[in-house]
Amino acid sequence: MKNTLLGLATLALYLLHQDVWFWRSARPFLLGFLPVGLAYHALYCLLASLLMLLLVRHAWPTQLEREADTRDEQHRRP
Amino acid sequence: MIPALIVIAYLGVVVYIGVFAFRHAHGSKEVEDYFLANRSLGPFVFLMSLFGTNMTAFSILGSSGHAFANGIVTFGLMASPAALVMPLMLFLVGTRVWALGRRHGFITPVQLFRDRWETSHVGTVIFAVQAVLLVPYVIIGVMGGGTTLSAVSGGRVPYWLGGALVAFVVMSYVFFGGMRGTAWVNTFQTTLFLVFGAVAVLVIGWGMGGFRASVEALAASPQEFLLTRERFSTLDFFSYTFIPLSSIAFPHITIFCLTAERMAHFKRTVIFYPLCLLAIWLPCTFLGVMANRAADVPAIHAKLEARATLATQASASALPAEERAALRTKATGDDVLVQLLNHYAPAWLAGLLAAGIMAAVMATDSQILALSTMFTEDVFAHYEGKARFGEAAQVMTGRAFVIGLTIVAYLIALRVPESIFAIAVQYAFTGYAALAPLLIGALFWRGSTKWGALASTLWVAFGVLGIAVVNSNVPAPPPGQATSVWSLAGQDVIVRTAGGLSVLGFMPVVPMVLVSSLLLVIVSLLTPRPSAATLARYFAD
Repeated sequence: MKNTLLGLATLALYLLHQDVWFWRSARPFLLGFLPVGLAYHALYCLLASLLMLLLVRHAWPTQLEREADTRDEQHRRP
Repeated sequence: MIPALIVIAYLGVVVYIGVFAFRHAHGSKEVEDYFLANRSLGPFVFLMSLFGTNMTAFSILGSSGHAFANGIVTFGLMASPAALVMPLMLFLVGTRVWALGRRHGFITPVQLFRDRWETSHVGTVIFAVQAVLLVPYVIIGVMGGGTTLSAVSGGRVPYWLGGALVAFVVMSYVFFGGMRGTAWVNTFQTTLFLVFGAVAVLVIGWGMGGFRASVEALAASPQEFLLTRERFSTLDFFSYTFIPLSSIAFPHITIFCLTAERMAHFKRTVIFYPLCLLAIWLPCTFLGVMANRAADVPAIHAKLEARATLATQASASALPAEERAALRTKATGDDVLVQLLNHYAPAWLAGLLAAGIMAAVMATDSQILALSTMFTEDVFAHYEGKARFGEAAQVMTGRAFVIGLTIVAYLIALRVPESIFAIAVQYAFTGYAALAPLLIGALFWRGSTKWGALASTLWVAFGVLGIAVVNSNVPAPPPGQATSVWSLAGQDVIVRTAGGLSVLGFMPVVPMVLVSSLLLVIVSLLTPRPSAATLARYFAD
């Protein structure tokens, strides 16, 4: 369930990239100088970082770390 | 000339770091030490260096140059999709590559492919395609070096000498320091750029009389479109979300994933990567757009005039092809950031800031090292060179390859006139994005086979070749117009625009990735899987 929600959140963020609603607008200017289309995508980066935090906290592949510690000596490259 | 001297002094520091790394490794003759820094990078160096590796001439000069001509759309094209896709790829694919490398001793992605699909020659084909696609990336680094040094010196250091100097410096520290030297230099350079980049924004903003006034003036001018995306197709915008798939497929990034000491080091990298992208791309894009209000800078004024002439379709069509091409080169904005610095910052500060830009430009080091690693591991060692001549000879071969490759890249950079952005997107990014299904298939789908991988790789090779051939044979029309290349039943399928090729309105990267994925799936389903023993080593359940 947790992974499904995280997957849906990832998909939603991907779709939110296509912000056609700000396509033709320069205003309002965030902080007085950032056009809204640019400010939206700056915010998008912050959301991406937040999503990554959730992924790291709740879906970190710990089993890979354990597997890596078990070296495959038989097939390991010389 | 003072900024140029500061940049040259900075280049000296960079070489010192590379040589220092060489001494730290006691002149290492061991393969894993030279090529992977003994898989021992700590969390800070891993984050900064990985980010620095991706922060190239393309992201700094290319982004501001693209924003100068196209406006704020640049950020949404290249930065924000990468802020989602790149860390996601590191999270999903990078961690698995790290674990497999640690477990099986892989140094290159081709070694993983060869083992995973029980193949030798298909691996060699993948190596060849990866190597050919990586060379343009190396070239843009050299081009960026030439452009930057030439601009900061006011033309006193010619383009050819600037490029040669950068190529020599990069070659030196990669030669001596290997992965350790490259990682340390990248960490130093990324930190430098993040610090001085922030100063650059403030200084230029102050010099232009404040950003609020400049933005308002731009919004009230006929160039208001630069503050919106009204002149950009939504399909093209969507196409760009496919480009960051290339990030994890670039061999220098895949190889870099193997250098982390612990898998936990990926955590901070994954979380902070979007923030680092924001910190670099937002100012570069914004300053690129604002450069349109800097007509008091003579070099920028000349660019604006050239662009205005090209935009007047009647006069542009009347011009001979050579003159039109010359105007296009003149209007290119790859050096606007440096021009703004030169004009608005005091000489000593402009030098420090240009050194920061140079830091990004020189991220080409990782690609050179990756190509050297791939050649020595996937060709030299694979075809018994290591067994016959020993490990020291392998490292020596890698170092010789670094020299040869840098010289070739420099010679090509002298002759290639296209804008940095166009080359990177059209060839390297598109090709590697279309190679991403290979890595994803190998790691996540037990049904993938070597024949599926071969079909996908050949598609990428011929697809990129096709794009290059059409681009070079069909002249670019004036902006806003399109030349039909191939139509079916009266419907244009492939058209040539001023920016490159378009397939049914999408950029070529979309059909390239989709067809590559389809070929991998269909051909894999029709051909036998690797043995159960091999699959058991990759898929636990």
